[in-house]
Amino acid sequence: MLKTSATDVIPEKKVEAKQKSKFKLTANDKYYASIFAGPSLFLLGLFVFYPMFRTLYISLFLTNTFGNTTLFVGLENYVKLISSPDFVSSMWVTLVYVVGVTFFTIAMGLLLANLASQKLPGIAIFRTLYSVTMGVSVSVAAIFWLFIFNPSAGFFTLLTKMLNLPTINWLANPTNAMWAIIITTVWMHLGFVFLVFLGAIESVPTTLYEAADVEGVSKHYQFFHITLPMISPTLFFISTITIIGSFKSFGLIDLITKGGPTNATNMLVYRIYNDAFFGGNYAKSSAEAIILTVIIAFFTYLQFKFLEKKVNY
Amino acid sequence: MSTLLTNVCKQYDQGKTVLKNVTAEIETGEFFVIVGPSGCGKSTLLRMIAGLTQISDGEISIDGQVVNNLPPKDRNLTMVFQSYALFPFLSVWDNVAFGLKARKHDQSEVEERVNNALKMVNLEDLKDRKPRELSGGQRQRVALARAVASDAKICLMDEPLSNLDAQLRIKMRQEIYALQRKLGITLIYVTHDQVEAMTMADHIMVLHDSKVQQIGTPAEIYKTPANEFVAGFFGVPPINILYATKISDKAIRVNNDFQVDLDQTVTEKELKVGIRPNELIVEKADELSANATVQNVEFLGDEKIVYATFSNGNEVSAIVPSDAHFDMFENIKITSTNNVLLFNQDGINVTANREDLINA
Amino acid sequence: MANIDERNVLKNIFSYFLLILLAVVILVPFFIGIWTSFLPTADILKGNYFSTNISLTNYIDAFTNTPILRYLGNTIVVATITMFAHLLFCSMSAYAFVFLDFKYKKFFFALFMITMMLPSEAAIIPNFQTVKALGLLDHYSAMIVPSLTSAFGTFMLRQSFMQTPKELKEAADIEGLNHFQIFWKVVLPYNRISLITLGAYSFLGAWNSYLWPILVTFSNNSRVIQNGLKQLQSEETFNNWGMIQASAAIIVIPTILVLFIGQHYFKSGLNEGAVK
Repeated sequence: MLKTSATDVIPEKKVEAKQKSKFKLTANDKYYASIFAGPSLFLLGLFVFYPMFRTLYISLFLTNTFGNTTLFVGLENYVKLISSPDFVSSMWVTLVYVVGVTFFTIAMGLLLANLASQKLPGIAIFRTLYSVTMGVSVSVAAIFWLFIFNPSAGFFTLLTKMLNLPTINWLANPTNAMWAIIITTVWMHLGFVFLVFLGAIESVPTTLYEAADVEGVSKHYQFFHITLPMISPTLFFISTITIIGSFKSFGLIDLITKGGPTNATNMLVYRIYNDAFFGGNYAKSSAEAIILTVIIAFFTYLQFKFLEKKVNY
Repeated sequence: MSTLLTNVCKQYDQGKTVLKNVTAEIETGEFFVIVGPSGCGKSTLLRMIAGLTQISDGEISIDGQVVNNLPPKDRNLTMVFQSYALFPFLSVWDNVAFGLKARKHDQSEVEERVNNALKMVNLEDLKDRKPRELSGGQRQRVALARAVASDAKICLMDEPLSNLDAQLRIKMRQEIYALQRKLGITLIYVTHDQVEAMTMADHIMVLHDSKVQQIGTPAEIYKTPANEFVAGFFGVPPINILYATKISDKAIRVNNDFQVDLDQTVTEKELKVGIRPNELIVEKADELSANATVQNVEFLGDEKIVYATFSNGNEVSAIVPSDAHFDMFENIKITSTNNVLLFNQDGINVTANREDLINA
Repeated sequence: MANIDERNVLKNIFSYFLLILLAVVILVPFFIGIWTSFLPTADILKGNYFSTNISLTNYIDAFTNTPILRYLGNTIVVATITMFAHLLFCSMSAYAFVFLDFKYKKFFFALFMITMMLPSEAAIIPNFQTVKALGLLDHYSAMIVPSLTSAFGTFMLRQSFMQTPKELKEAADIEGLNHFQIFWKVVLPYNRISLITLGAYSFLGAWNSYLWPILVTFSNNSRVIQNGLKQLQSEETFNNWGMIQASAAIIVIPTILVLFIGQHYFKSGLNEGAVK
């Protein structure tokens, strides 16, 4: 899993490249390169780089309702955002959501993967069942769970009635609505995370566990002192992509809570969308988009740095 | 106070038999080598002694206690794996301390034992390195140190040298041997390499075809192999096995060609004879008296190996002094001393002096 | 002292108990969703889950009274085209970064890497304006054109291409093949597992995309399934839960079947992608 990487191959390539240029074998490469890499570069330029700069540009201006820039205001849009309790609470809500989703996704994913990595008869059935949510898209997850959270006929309501417990109104209470969104998100991602963790756990050499068995190390200790450190690269990978993914969460919020109640689940991307396409405030929305970009870029960068080093040992 | 294997069997669920009725006594403090070609079940046997693999039938007892159903940790032993099983994220020191810490020994005891173990294998200077910063031989030593630190009385090793290059293997062989002697532990060592078995063992168990072929000291195994397989497994180049017929009570004709006079009486009419390469006599000969042709000659320094084919196509190898000169395709005459091994048609050793040493 | 057998049996019983419990927890939303899709909405609203009025009415309703088939068709077209576009453009740019030598190669590759750090969610305003200016709104192309290529796909294929044995390319060089031939006849066939993995990713990515399609589609002619379900839900004034569950089931069942069939490929692909 770890033996190949960019850094293993690049030095060889360099040597080869030097030799090649001496013999002018690669004279035509320029021409080929523009054909091979040109289209992708053009498309990324048009739909990623240009809009990024454009967004940054808009965020420094005031805009009219058509999204045209009117007056240069520098960082004023950002200052306004940071000093607005509304936005700050949105950031808090996003943070709570990100932390909640990441924690529970990883904890559940590890639990499932660890259980399903045992060598038991019929374990393959459980592996399949646990990965089933990989096939669930945003809208399906939202519908299934909306029904479960439904205050009148939902499964949870029915369950609490059966057990004579007070019924909880999941989507009308701010704290519960956040839990509802977190539960749905975790459920949706669990299949994927489970499979990745399972793969990582299975690639730990069995002799490490056998060596520990011979030394009388308990299974519990083995999990925390062998399995976890051995899969730490995967753990890190899953953490960062879960963090990135939940910062960008939009669909489930739009489908389940619409940011409510009282902005309790109004997260960053939902804000960007609302401010621009419903509020008509493109400048504000752009400033929020730039803040999102900084956050995402930071975590992606962290991941690249880490992948470059490959592993922590 | 020993490790006893009684009729140990292993079958897998699919009905594949890996080991059949393995019985042996491994004495406390001895260097016991289990050797055999790959797939003979030797690693399985070791894992069964360790408790990593369940046994299907029979009994394993350590120091008088039946351990069939004991988990590895209750067997008071330690194991060195072929892949060393080092934890890549821990330093050398922490690797050695891993099991001790997990079992919650007190701090000062852990430190003392780990430091002593590292001193024993000359790794004190490298104790803060990670396994990937070590050479193959150094990793091997970390694995040894871990076994030393555990203080167990029995140490199991599964092909510990197979990942090292030839020179390092010889060096580590000596180090392991010295360590075993110094610590006085029982060492059960699995290898496919007959040289390792011969050079280190107090006793060797030869496994083949899921069965024990022979258990004995290196000398016994070499001089009086129980059967054709054992004879062929030990010695480089391997022993030459040729067909022979009885021509009188005390003489046989080998390969329908040359005669060997024996010190013993032969009963079988048809038998096989095993002749070590250094017992063959090779002479230059003219076309009429020659019985073989040289195929290849390897120069080894103080001797040469001559590979030849008899007129009937059977191949043999012979060791000759390095000053003897033979060319390829030269005609030669091959005969033998009478220091040969006799096997019956089933490959069982029927050489006379065998009775004195049987089951020794 | 308990022996290995007894302890193992106890341990296994406990393991199975946990395994089954967790499987139930994970599958409950499915069971309820799919079970209620067979029940009349009236029974569902009364909380009568154990109703025996099982029928396919909801499915028939969904197929005949809603544009769900149209949504599905739209999504399949968009996702399929996106997938093939990714396979083509990503493999081409990956080929350039691995097998070609050109000026500023490192710089261009850094650009690709930076692209992976930028969230498309932050680019929706200018992209919306671009698509609008190109006159693509409410068309399939509004969803396809902005995602014809992918930096991640390029990166992933580059990692895979770099492991193509150099000898293969050198042998092709000696045979006198040009870059198009090497690309098509040597590199692509050799890396087909990675291509399949990327194809699956791209298809699923397009299938699951939600924010961008909701911005650029307004009619059922181009609306994709993820937005379509929201549409159905908001149009159903009296909470026709039976039919809504049936529509969800119609979407999820084929996906899960495909997933199980392709499980082997997917799993190995995931792990390759994860730590490489």
